[in-house]
Amino acid sequence: MSYKQRILTLALAGAALAVFLVVFSYYTLQRPTVEWLQWGYRGTGLVHIVNSRDIHSQKQQALNAVPAPEENIDPAGTKASAVYQNVKVLGDLDSNEFLRFMTAITKWVAPEQGCAYCHNEADFADENVYTKIVSRRMIQLTQDLNAKWKSHVAINGQGVTCYTCHRGNPIPKNVWYTPVEPRFSKALLGNLAGQNQRAPAVGLTSLPFDPFTPFLMKSEQIRVVGPTALPTTNRMSLKQAEWTYGLMMSMSQSLGVNCTYCHNTQNFQSWGASSPQRVTAWYGIRMVRDINNNYINPLTPLYANVPGRKGPAGDIAKANCATCHQGAFKPLYGVSMLKEYPVLAGPAATVKTQ
Amino acid sequence: MAEYQNIFTQVQVKGPAHLGVPLYRDQYGRTGKPFHVYLLGLIGDAQIGPIYLGLTGVASIIFGFIAIEIIGLNMAASVDWSPAQFVKQLPWLALEPPAPENGLKIPSLNNGGWWLWAGFFMTASVLLWWARTYLRARQLGMGTHIAWAFASAIFLMLSCGLFRPVLMGTWGEAVPFGIFPHLDWTATFSIRYGNLYYNPFHMLSIAFLYGSTLLFAMHGATILAVSRFGGEREIEQSTDRGTALERAGLFWRWTMGFNASMESIHRWAWWFAVLCPITGGIGILLTGTVVDNWYLWGIKHGFVPVYPETLPVIVDPALLPGAPK
Repeated sequence: MSYKQRILTLALAGAALAVFLVVFSYYTLQRPTVEWLQWGYRGTGLVHIVNSRDIHSQKQQALNAVPAPEENIDPAGTKASAVYQNVKVLGDLDSNEFLRFMTAITKWVAPEQGCAYCHNEADFADENVYTKIVSRRMIQLTQDLNAKWKSHVAINGQGVTCYTCHRGNPIPKNVWYTPVEPRFSKALLGNLAGQNQRAPAVGLTSLPFDPFTPFLMKSEQIRVVGPTALPTTNRMSLKQAEWTYGLMMSMSQSLGVNCTYCHNTQNFQSWGASSPQRVTAWYGIRMVRDINNNYINPLTPLYANVPGRKGPAGDIAKANCATCHQGAFKPLYGVSMLKEYPVLAGPAATVKTQ
Repeated sequence: MAEYQNIFTQVQVKGPAHLGVPLYRDQYGRTGKPFHVYLLGLIGDAQIGPIYLGLTGVASIIFGFIAIEIIGLNMAASVDWSPAQFVKQLPWLALEPPAPENGLKIPSLNNGGWWLWAGFFMTASVLLWWARTYLRARQLGMGTHIAWAFASAIFLMLSCGLFRPVLMGTWGEAVPFGIFPHLDWTATFSIRYGNLYYNPFHMLSIAFLYGSTLLFAMHGATILAVSRFGGEREIEQSTDRGTALERAGLFWRWTMGFNASMESIHRWAWWFAVLCPITGGIGILLTGTVVDNWYLWGIKHGFVPVYPETLPVIVDPALLPGAPK
């Protein structure tokens, strides 16, 4: 082989390698600047890491921008239930405050569709619009979350509002449906065993892609690590551990944090070594179960004749951690909108349910 | 730049292809017409082929093909036979072992049976390839060191996929066949059993792994450094003065007081490499069978460091009265 040919061969091989490295870097690596906050002892890796380029990006800023509160108005001195018909949940509210809240909720949930998204505009009291029934239940949900689940939503008094999840979308952007396994996978070959897909829900790992049904709807056991050095009572299998791992990946991704936000990875299961955030997350898991089982799933019959609102398995959109958090360790990075709308802080003394 | 200061082989001898030593009467022939590849000549011998397949080689390739075929068809079926999805998702796809509740029973094909068959054919293929490395070495009048080094790797593979699942009484503990899935299995294995870093055999395995790279770097560097004196040829040098070999030995004696010999350095490297999977395999076999939580085991035996508290102390909320389920 001549000298020229040799140089050419090497140059081609080098160019191919360079192209590969550039493509690999572009799709794999992040640009700096990475910032971190250390809260554990040195060497334990208890660090919260954020890429400021990421959290300060226009997309993130827009997503987490807090809308200006509706202007306060003087009370009318009459209850909403005295002025309007069929006000079952917010009846005790002052009628002017009721209108202010309805204006806010329209901007939060259906800014493009307007009042007509939930109301028959010819008769606002009409109870035949399914979205009206759903939103009434969702207002109750929000009130109950703020009252019952302070352990998760109000550690520092922030609380939640409709906007926490909706952010201007009639259906929150981050919801989940029961997935349907591919057609052939239950035949002669190709059984997925609930995992091994490129699954965004679990952070693009191949871990079980629906950790929500067992853990955020049913109450399957999440803890897999044994309490003793030697084998005694713990019978949790590796596959069960993979399901738990999938749930943890989904939480990590929903909150934009890594494992060490809650755990000391030296010893994942130890509560003594974990951060206080783990307790908040523990209540959060129970809270989401409450949301899905007691508020969302019972609404399914209302969707019987509604096209385009159901998942492939015929279920309606359900909540998980990402529904509220949307990539932030605290929804809206901890800004409280609740204090502007005290009606959502808890159920009125006499709540009339549907 | 001097001729020896180069990361690639500088001199490629290109003559008539070498067909190998003469065959015995009862041997299979060697396959393939030899040819030369310049790029491969930069990193090794430019001559490609002929190759000796023989009975074990042919059988190994057939069994390996069957195993890969079972795995690949299951992967393809799991994306509804879509070629585009197969390519896009290939690193994520897998053939999963039977569910844990199956125990060691042989389940139906699509409930883990395929995994057992793929495992059988893969194991048969690997063992036949092992036999081939043994027989080829014998045929050439060599020792069987390569075969036994390979056997140590096979021991680790079978510890993960066969011995330990049998000891645990369930195929569900075994490794899935898949690129990311087997890595997820590895991470899950450590988490489920309380952090594998506290497993002493895992520690030994890491020491031999890193030790192997260190020895490899030292040896490779030493030989390249004396290649200007013909050190890479290693011919009858050990008894002569001023040779590449003597300089290489003196370098280490003067640097750290001790030097390996031209023979013993290879023994060092061989044992480090072989002990890496052997100790690792022992660590795997002990996990779940005799130790359930390596972190707590480390506490029990006093080698887990204790760090000062920096976070507010919390308790398990499930233990509080009236805790939600």
